[in-house]
Amino acid sequence: MTVEEKQPPAPRSELIGATRRESRRLMEGWWQRLSDAAADGRPAANVFVMGSAAEILHAFDIVTCFPEITALQTAIRGSSMDYLLAAEDHGYSPDICGYVKVDVGLHLKERRHPMGTLPKPSMVVATNMCNTYVKWAEIWERRYRCPVVVLDLPGWRGSGFEAGRDGFEADRRYVEGQLRELIGVCETITGRRLDIDRLRESMLAVNRLSELYRDVLAENRHRPAPFNAMLDGVNYMGIANIHRGTEEGVRFMQVALDELRERVALGIGALADERFRLLFVGTTCYTHFVRFLELFKEWGGVFVLSEYMTFAGGGIDKGIFYDTDRPLESLAEQLLLSSQRSMSGVFYSQDWHDQVVRDYQLDGICFHGVKSCRTISTGLPDLREWHMRRGDIPGLFVQSDLVDTRLWSEAQMKNRVDAFFEALQSRRLMRER
Amino acid sequence: MPMSAEDLIEECRELVEDPEFSAVRDWLDHHPGAKVLGHFQVYFPEEIAHAAGMLPVKLAGAGSALQIRQADARIAAFVCSIVRSALEAALSGHLDFLSVFVTHPICDAARHACGVWARNFPELSAQILYLPQNAGSSHALDYLRAEYARVARVIEQATGAQVTDEALRASIAVFNENRRLLRELYALKREAPWLVSAVEAYVLTRAAGLMPRERHNELLRAVIPALRARDARPQDKLRVVFEGGFCEQPPLDMLAVIQEICYVVDDDLMIGLRWLTDDVPQDGEDPLRDLARAYLQTSSHSPVQRDPRRPKEERLLARIRDANAEAAIVAAAKMCEPGLEEQVAYGQALDDAGIPHLVMEFEEKTRVFEQTRMEVETFAESLLLDLV
Ligand code: SF4
Ligand code: SF4
Repeated sequence: MTVEEKQPPAPRSELIGATRRESRRLMEGWWQRLSDAAADGRPAANVFVMGSAAEILHAFDIVTCFPEITALQTAIRGSSMDYLLAAEDHGYSPDICGYVKVDVGLHLKERRHPMGTLPKPSMVVATNMCNTYVKWAEIWERRYRCPVVVLDLPGWRGSGFEAGRDGFEADRRYVEGQLRELIGVCETITGRRLDIDRLRESMLAVNRLSELYRDVLAENRHRPAPFNAMLDGVNYMGIANIHRGTEEGVRFMQVALDELRERVALGIGALADERFRLLFVGTTCYTHFVRFLELFKEWGGVFVLSEYMTFAGGGIDKGIFYDTDRPLESLAEQLLLSSQRSMSGVFYSQDWHDQVVRDYQLDGICFHGVKSCRTISTGLPDLREWHMRRGDIPGLFVQSDLVDTRLWSEAQMKNRVDAFFEALQSRRLMRER
Repeated sequence: MPMSAEDLIEECRELVEDPEFSAVRDWLDHHPGAKVLGHFQVYFPEEIAHAAGMLPVKLAGAGSALQIRQADARIAAFVCSIVRSALEAALSGHLDFLSVFVTHPICDAARHACGVWARNFPELSAQILYLPQNAGSSHALDYLRAEYARVARVIEQATGAQVTDEALRASIAVFNENRRLLRELYALKREAPWLVSAVEAYVLTRAAGLMPRERHNELLRAVIPALRARDARPQDKLRVVFEGGFCEQPPLDMLAVIQEICYVVDDDLMIGLRWLTDDVPQDGEDPLRDLARAYLQTSSHSPVQRDPRRPKEERLLARIRDANAEAAIVAAAKMCEPGLEEQVAYGQALDDAGIPHLVMEFEEKTRVFEQTRMEVETFAESLLLDLV
């Protein structure tokens, strides 16, 4: 994403702006690889941001394509509706995930995307972290007759469940077994055996990426927050997914961290005038990405942290600690733990909200539900209710969509955002008195 | 005096339409201190709850019986009705008898139900049972055995009773009998649909999840021979399979409209109660493993269970073939992501196989069906003309 944010003139430092330059370069490189794979037919896998199993795929040099990212990019470029409507003409309902429809449209239009060409999937890895992943994977399975591996990562089990505890060993064995089966599929597709040392390298790169990513998030505890978690943050997360397990990914995150530290040192915030610090819960609206942020910016509201940067980063925010002495066992264990803590945490995240509101000194929460994504949006109103009942954290609930412009209502959105900030302002005045 | 088939069917219909779950309350009155487990759609291994002396109850939404008020403030607008109406039933006190609530990651909406219920009913044990979505993995059986054991521990905690192997075997026998009787009912529907209407078969089936299974067995044992003995003659109606009732349930009146025009010779309505298609061993060494194996190997299909070994569209075609049906109604609940996605795949497979089909959407709370009537009539008439 290359949306520019207007900033006051920055003090001279070559670190400022380096992250955007680097992410643009990496994104272009990724599209080049996708287009090359489309042209020369080298093995490519369709994978998802939550549970991509990139560590294994990289070890086989299988190109990873993230259809969620390619779908959102059509919305940023203003062309999502062309694809989406093509899928609806083909029989897909207006009431299903828009990412799926944009992707179906892309495949109906010979996989031509505004940024390049998508390869035909040679295989698919879909986790159960979103059920729509599984249905989506079945669409490619039917169209391309390619192998689909559904990597089952049993998640949060409800009241009293603690990640890593109840029945964890049985879950871990299941995941490890499935990873071994996935390796078998990769071996068949590439005609190569797994090089365990390459897997280890990839895992070590994830360890470092995860550590840096956590440091990046922590920088926003500063006032003013040096980055917007729904603008720059989406960028960090995109690159963290595309480059999970590569040296380039690690380098990128280091560049981002260096820039943020510089911004903190120079006192440069994401907003020139930061007045309200917010947590963003849900997913964003890529069709009106800039406009949406402007509605908050007008009030000096900045998204200091977003739940999006947790689950959609594949759980790397919670820390990944691969032990490369026992690679597959550890891969299974950490994949499972990160999915239980991040994705499953979405269902029951009120305690996490309480904690980050304190840690990041936040003034309120914006819950943004999108019709496309029931995975994230279903329980958002209830979470807001929960906080309202306790009267602790002010919350705003708004709705639109990821890629479907028909679901954006400017007037309604603006009214609600304005009313929320007015309430925050009076709350602040009351407190100050 | 023994009750007639019509009386028993009426009793089932009343239960299906009763938001108060009176048969459950009645059971509790006769079993003081006993506990009830409510399981959301689609499949739950009820034997495990039964073995601990619990009453497993199927939560399949409130249809049009409840006005959704409180649930709307808790669940996003673009979610199917059944997730809200089940929550509404709980928030308005209709499910106050539950000790354990279990949902499944069948879809993104149902998975959230656990968090929502856990926040709103902290005294309830709200659980997610993770049935394997990688059913083709050679590790799925061990995993599912362990997951069932975990569920058994939750149940033991809730009841204070032990889930012993012996008790499990006895429960399996009760449920085997129930499944066998339901298979018999469905065989009758396929062979002689003029003897049992779609609505009758439906309420008879759904009642299984609303009363003690032993009682339901008795009921079916009485009803099936009475249905067979009915004096009814076949009519010239289109034989259809209704697909799309695996989770949210179409309104009874909608089924009534369809059955006026067609014979519904098979369907996937309340498929969770008929999920296991064969007997589970009653004397196995490890009954939890037997249940897990049955789930993975001898089970039905739905859009929310993936099994690459047995593609769903092939199984739909087999269902149509086995029922000697001429056409299919491929329905999906409004806002049901998996159902709506599968509908496209089913439509394609039916087109390829040259099987006429009608695609439709429904919502459990709809009350007016003129549109449905028109669509089904037009569909049936066009086919009957073709056939002549
Ligand atoms: S439902 Fe949400 S998580 Fe799932 S594919 Fe769609 S946008 Fe992604
Ligand atoms: S009807 Fe569909 S969307 Fe609703 S709970 Fe059932 S499977 Fe999920």
